[in-house]
Amino acid sequence: MLSSNSKVNDFVVRFANVNGTGSASANFLFTKSIFRMGIPVTPKNIFPSNIQGLPTWYEVRISEKGYLGRRDGVDLMVAMNPQSMAGDVAIVKPGGYFLYDSTKMLHANFIREDINYIGIPLMEMCNREYTDPRQRQLFKNIIYVGALSALFDIEFPVLEKLIAEQFPGKEKLIPPNIKALNMGVDYVKANFKYPLDIHVERRDLIKDSIMIDGNSACGLGAVYGGATVAAWYPITPSTSVVEAFADYASEFRTDKTTGKRNVAIVQAEDELAAIGMVIGANWNGARSFTATSGPGVSLMNEFLGLAYFAEIPAVLVDVQRTGPSTGMPTRTQQSDVMEAAYASHGDTKHVLVFPSTPKECFEMTAEAFDLAEELQTPVIVMTDLDLGMNDHVSPPLVWDDNRTYKRGKVLTAEDLEKMGRFGRYLDVDNDGITYRTYPGTHPTKGSFFTRGTSRDEYAAYTEDGDAYRRNMDRLIKKWNTAKSMVPAPQLYQEKNTRANGVVFFGTSQYAAEEAIELLKQEGIEMDALRIKAFPFNQTVEDFINEHERIFVIEQNRDAQMRSLMMIEFSANPAKLISVLNYDGMPITATNILKQVSQKLLISQEKTTA
Amino acid sequence: MTYVRPKFRHPALPKNELGYTLSQYEGALSTLCAGCGHDSISAGIIQAAFDLNIEPHKLAKLSGIGCSSKTPTYFLSNSHGFNSVHGRMPSVATGANLANRDLTYFGVSGDGDTASIGMGQFVHVIRRNLNMTYIVMNNGCYGLTKGQDSATADVGSKNKSGNVNLFESIDLASLAIELGASFVAQSFSGDKEQLVPLIREAMKHPGFAFINVISPCVTFNNNVGSTKSYDYVREHIEGTGTKDFVPMMKEITTKYAEGTVQGVKMHDGSDLQLHKLANEWNAEDRISAINAVKTAAAKHEILTGLLFIDRNTKDLHDLIKTSDTPLNKLGKDVLCPGNEVLKDINAGLR
Repeated sequence: MLSSNSKVNDFVVRFANVNGTGSASANFLFTKSIFRMGIPVTPKNIFPSNIQGLPTWYEVRISEKGYLGRRDGVDLMVAMNPQSMAGDVAIVKPGGYFLYDSTKMLHANFIREDINYIGIPLMEMCNREYTDPRQRQLFKNIIYVGALSALFDIEFPVLEKLIAEQFPGKEKLIPPNIKALNMGVDYVKANFKYPLDIHVERRDLIKDSIMIDGNSACGLGAVYGGATVAAWYPITPSTSVVEAFADYASEFRTDKTTGKRNVAIVQAEDELAAIGMVIGANWNGARSFTATSGPGVSLMNEFLGLAYFAEIPAVLVDVQRTGPSTGMPTRTQQSDVMEAAYASHGDTKHVLVFPSTPKECFEMTAEAFDLAEELQTPVIVMTDLDLGMNDHVSPPLVWDDNRTYKRGKVLTAEDLEKMGRFGRYLDVDNDGITYRTYPGTHPTKGSFFTRGTSRDEYAAYTEDGDAYRRNMDRLIKKWNTAKSMVPAPQLYQEKNTRANGVVFFGTSQYAAEEAIELLKQEGIEMDALRIKAFPFNQTVEDFINEHERIFVIEQNRDAQMRSLMMIEFSANPAKLISVLNYDGMPITATNILKQVSQKLLISQEKTTA
Repeated sequence: MTYVRPKFRHPALPKNELGYTLSQYEGALSTLCAGCGHDSISAGIIQAAFDLNIEPHKLAKLSGIGCSSKTPTYFLSNSHGFNSVHGRMPSVATGANLANRDLTYFGVSGDGDTASIGMGQFVHVIRRNLNMTYIVMNNGCYGLTKGQDSATADVGSKNKSGNVNLFESIDLASLAIELGASFVAQSFSGDKEQLVPLIREAMKHPGFAFINVISPCVTFNNNVGSTKSYDYVREHIEGTGTKDFVPMMKEITTKYAEGTVQGVKMHDGSDLQLHKLANEWNAEDRISAINAVKTAAAKHEILTGLLFIDRNTKDLHDLIKTSDTPLNKLGKDVLCPGNEVLKDINAGLR
């Protein structure tokens, strides 16, 4: 039994709503108020592939310890959707709470002996107060936020301030919202014991952190990284990357007097055209990117192969969702790893970076442009729906103003003038990276033909086997050069146990870190490594070699990252133990803990047998 | 046969206003079949670029995949070229053009590359009115894969294997007019006198300029009763070990006065009816132009010349208001808002 004290700033609230009823902004108001009280908070949108009518959930974890991953079990359910109510009742933890609209009596099927019911006649209150049906709906959401503020002891002035900030220039809207909040507060105060044992207390744990979703951070990263051409095709969950880019670009890239823009954004006819435009723009010396998800990457395979082989920079943000095929478009997964790593036919390999936080979305997207131009190859930013479409507490974004754009090996007219014969694919520096020219540079020197067919060092078409092989080998040399240029992994090695190691990447970070702490409490020490990029840095290979057993945590069925390690440095499959999560929901620490404990037991039994 | 073009040039060769000779607009020697109509079009492109005093390096030439898409190697060797993937040249050209609006963009495609695999991108590059010239070298068949019908082959026409095409052909010129292209022309590879001025006009046009050029395939359209058919030649040659044989042929050329219909004997023996542009319709009126093309088609004639032009057109850059300075010339100072702005953004996210 937990003492009531341990429930302060440590619980999960889930909102069950109907899609399209305006619940999102009310639920965000709730989250933001916890954030403003200095308490770490993580919201997750669990939404359908639908615009209106289907069930949608919003789950908020509040964690004084700063655990930002998802946690299983719901302490308080805000049940606003009769469609999903049976399931919503079932997942409340024993001793937990079920807040519902008591305008109509709750069906006997939804009554459990081991949970507490909080009935508030929301519909009745709204019908009495408002005549406009839309207002009745919207304010119902605000009323339950008010009720929660009393139940959880959320500071009311914090909510008032948030409401005021929400309506700049529309001050008329503020008082009705405050009134609705108060209706909820008053009802709780008149009818229930408050606050509940689960409640919040102000802390100073947020410091200067911000709250932002990964897609916005990627879009902003592209602005800071100097992207001027964006081509895209709408696809969940990546759409808001380019939308954010467009918003920031209209603010920071528009000439206030002429209205002319230092950016071109094209909604393409499909993903093939989107990546084609990106490749054309990069070929011509503009930093260009696209954002898509797994199905889009599938379509882009052909062009990715061209960009790899013809050595054209390109930046692609892959916001992964649940595959295969259309899969679950609004659920998360890390299942494009293999597809992205080896996209296209023939011997191809692509540079991938794996952000874990919005801050890294910002940094890695900006850095991807440097990497793509320095390496003259596509760079894929591997984020996912969980990171991209949910708000996260993140350290503030920082940009070093002394930083310059690394445009890679590009020859100017003066360079060409001074040199002998230009060879586009001539490995002058012996690092596999050759020199390129932009179209229009010099009247008589530096032109070349870009093609997906094989060619010699001077870009002339050839079917000579030796020339082809020389080129393919040079591409591997470039690949090896890339290993020291991509972001290095993060090592967690307080005590080098050399026995058990954990490897994870992307949005598994929070749950993995939490699981490692929980394992430590059980006396199991784990070294850990977070992969940030492919090709793997030498540190990754060393980590695998140094440990007896490696648990590889991934959010896909086929253990794709594990396969990559087996392929790229012949890691022994027997020592790479998979910890997998692929139900479309973000992975939780308890899930990892359970799987690691079980597999550790089996593995130890094998060793002792 | 050597593929090295002699470098020696007569010192008195005529020069254009930039001081370039025609030879400075040439490319590598063609590896297409001798007599291929595509080579005549390449020669037309060279002539047009010379005539227009275009600096070769200020032009980018792009193509897809196929015989026609090989041709950018054979003209303007001082221009950057991009032989992309099948049917996807329009998207690459779009990106390239967005990156640098100061260059001239020249796209070459074929009937397979445009009317089949690339139809989606063709349609959308027209919609966006990208400032480029787009030439389709249209021979009604797939040359590189040896003669399959393409989507522009006429219904009822017989291919090399003797199969009759059952499907309606796609008329790219009338499609382009219907989709809103701002410049649409049609010509014949053997008609240099008409083709060169059309290419010149297309390159000058400040929007999407499309030219559909009928360009006969000497190798795969020579099936009917030809004494140079594979079977016939094999029966008369011994021990060469050559499985494929490409007969040498002379290019088909034609000359006729404006406003007249002329039949041209094709390699396969059929007649191609060419109707040179006469002032029978208003080329600045889209409906009138479509009517003219359709009326000619009903009479099994192919209308050639400038079919439609919208002189007051707005290209993609105008529509999306990109800066006058090419985007690829902008540096960090203009593009990056800097850390002070980022601090404000952070503040707004707390």
